[in-house]
Amino acid sequence: MKKLMQAFIAVLLLSAVLLTAINRLNATEGYSGENTLTVFNWGDYIDMELVEQFEEETGITVIYETFDSNEAMLTKIQQGGTTYDIAVPSEYMVQKMMEEDLLVELDHSKIPNMKYLDERFMDLSYDPGNKYSLPYFWGTVGIVYNTKLLEGKEFSSWNDLWDPALENDILLVDGAREVIGMGLNSLGYSLNDTNRDHLQEAYEKLTKLTPNIKAIVGDENKLLMQNEEAAIAVVWSGDAADMMWENENLDYVVPEEGSNLWFDTFVIPKTAKNIEGAHQFINFFLDPEINALNTEYVSYSTPNKEALKYMPEDMVEDERFYPSPELTERLEVYENLGREHLAYYNDLFLEFKMYRK
Amino acid sequence: MENKTRTLYMIPYIGWIILFVVAPIALVVYYSFFDIHGNFTVGNYGKFFTPVYLKMAISSFWYAFLITIISLAAAYPTAYLLTKTKHKQLWLLLIIVPSWVNLLLKAYAFIGIFGAHGAANQFLDIIGIGTKQLLFTDFSFVFVSVYIFIPFMILPIFNALDNLNPSLLDATKDLGASKWTTFRRVILPLTLNGVKSGIQVVFIPSLSLFMLTRLIAGNRVITLGTAIEQHFLVTQDWGMGSTIAVFLIIAMFLIMALTGFRRRGA
Repeated sequence: MKKLMQAFIAVLLLSAVLLTAINRLNATEGYSGENTLTVFNWGDYIDMELVEQFEEETGITVIYETFDSNEAMLTKIQQGGTTYDIAVPSEYMVQKMMEEDLLVELDHSKIPNMKYLDERFMDLSYDPGNKYSLPYFWGTVGIVYNTKLLEGKEFSSWNDLWDPALENDILLVDGAREVIGMGLNSLGYSLNDTNRDHLQEAYEKLTKLTPNIKAIVGDENKLLMQNEEAAIAVVWSGDAADMMWENENLDYVVPEEGSNLWFDTFVIPKTAKNIEGAHQFINFFLDPEINALNTEYVSYSTPNKEALKYMPEDMVEDERFYPSPELTERLEVYENLGREHLAYYNDLFLEFKMYRK
Repeated sequence: MENKTRTLYMIPYIGWIILFVVAPIALVVYYSFFDIHGNFTVGNYGKFFTPVYLKMAISSFWYAFLITIISLAAAYPTAYLLTKTKHKQLWLLLIIVPSWVNLLLKAYAFIGIFGAHGAANQFLDIIGIGTKQLLFTDFSFVFVSVYIFIPFMILPIFNALDNLNPSLLDATKDLGASKWTTFRRVILPLTLNGVKSGIQVVFIPSLSLFMLTRLIAGNRVITLGTAIEQHFLVTQDWGMGSTIAVFLIIAMFLIMALTGFRRRGA
C-alpha cells in the first residue's frame, strides 16, 4: 500500500512538472505583444528571407506558424489560445470566418500598396469591397497529366477526359463542388448553377466518366501522381505546381470551358494584438518588387499586376498559371449557395461515388 | 455499511456511463430528428430508406462480413498454433505489436506496397504473373482491413484456447475420439465465446470504416462511415449524419444480441 502511494505521488509530481513545462513553452511560442507579429500561414508558402527583410525594416519580430488545412486553422483561431495577427485562409473560409465574426475589418488607408492588385481579383462575391481580406495568391482547378505515360496526348477541354482510351487513368479530387463543377463546366453551365435539371444532367454525364476513373482521393493525389501511379488527375493549380516540381513529366492545363478561381487571402483575425503591424505586413508583401520575389519563391500565381513586371518573362507568360484574359473571363469563384443547394450537390456526389459499383 | 461503500464506488462508473455512453447516444438520436434548417422532422429516416442509402448499408454489411469471415479463417488456426508453440507469449506479442502503429501510417505504407511500382507488383512480375492493379480494388481494401483487424480476432481466441483444460483433450483421446471429433465436440464449443467476442470487435468497427475506403479503395467502396463523415464535415447536415449513426447503433446492438447475450446451454 505504501509503495502504491509513493508511485501515485511520483506520477502526480511528474505531471505537475510537465504541465508547468508545457505552459512555459506555450507562453513563449504564443507571445505576441507590441513588437512581435504572429503570422499563421500554410507550410512553405512565403519566402522567409523576405520576412527577415520585413523584420529589419520595421523592427517587428515575426513569429511564424503554419497549418495544413483551412479547417485546422479555423479551429485554432476559434480556440483563441494564440494571438495570431495574420492568417491566410482560402476564399470560402473567409466567408465562413466573416459569418462567425472572427475577422477584423481592414483599414485600407494603411495598405496603400493594394492599388497594385489586379481589379479582376478584387471585390468578388466572397468579400464584397474587400473589407476583410486581400488576395495573396490565386489559382484554378484543372487537369494535370503525365506526358510520358500518355505519349504526347494533349488536353484542352474537360470533355477530353471522357475519351474511352483513358480507361482507369484518372484521379479525381474528393470534393463535391470540384467534381460536380467539372460536370457542369463540361456542359457549358456555371459552376454555381443551382438549376436541378442542369445538375441532374451533369450527374448523368459524370456517371459516363466512371470507367475512366481510377480513384477519388484527397491530398494523396500528389504522392500518386509523382510516383506515376496514375496518368491524369483533376487538381488545384497549386497542387499541380508542387507535383510538377517533383516530376518533370507532368504538365497542367486549365480547360477552355472555364473552371474554378480560388484565392488564398490575407486576413486579420479577431485574436490579433498587433493590428498596426499586421497592416504593415500586408502592405509590405503587396509591394510589387517584394511580391515578385515572393512569387518566384512560392511559384503560385500572384494577383499583383505591378509585380508581374519584375518577374521572369517565362513565368509570367506561362499560360498554365496565368491564363489568357479570355480564359480568365470564364473562371468563376465558388459562391456560397446556401445549405440546401450545397446539400443537393453533396447528395449527387455521394450518388456518383455509389454509382461506380 | 458494505452496501454504502459499494454505492460510493459505483458513482465514478455510473457517471462515466452517463457522460460518455448514454448522453452521446441520446444526442445522436436527438439530432437525427432535425433537417438542415433546424426544423423538427422524421424525413431523415424516410431518406435512409431510399435506394442510395440502402445500397450503401448493404455494401457496408457485405464488406464487414467479408472482413470478419476472412479474419476468423486466418485467426483461428493461427491462435491454435500459437498455443502449441514454446514461447507463446512472445509470439503473441509479435502479432500484437503492429496494432500499436498508427492506422494512417499503415495505410500509407500499403499505398506504397500495392502501388504500380510497389513491392507487391515487383514480386508478381518476378514470378511471371506480371503487374496487376492492386491499389484501389476490393481486394486491397479487404486485405488491408483484415491486416488491421486480425490481432483483435486472434487475442480472444488465443485466450479461450489457452484456458482450455488439457486433461479434457487427454480424455477424448482415451475415449477413442478422432482428432476431428475432438475439435468439433470439445475444442470448438469451449472456445466459442472467444470466437464470438472476436467477431464483435472486428465486425462492428469494420461496419463504419471510412478512412481506408478513400486511401486504399479510392472511394470505390462506400460505407455508411463515409456518408457520416461527409454529412458532418462537408454538408453540415448533422440530422442525416445522425440518422445513419442511429442505424449503425441499432445494427451493433443486434450483433451484440446475436453473438453475446445468448448464453450457451449446459
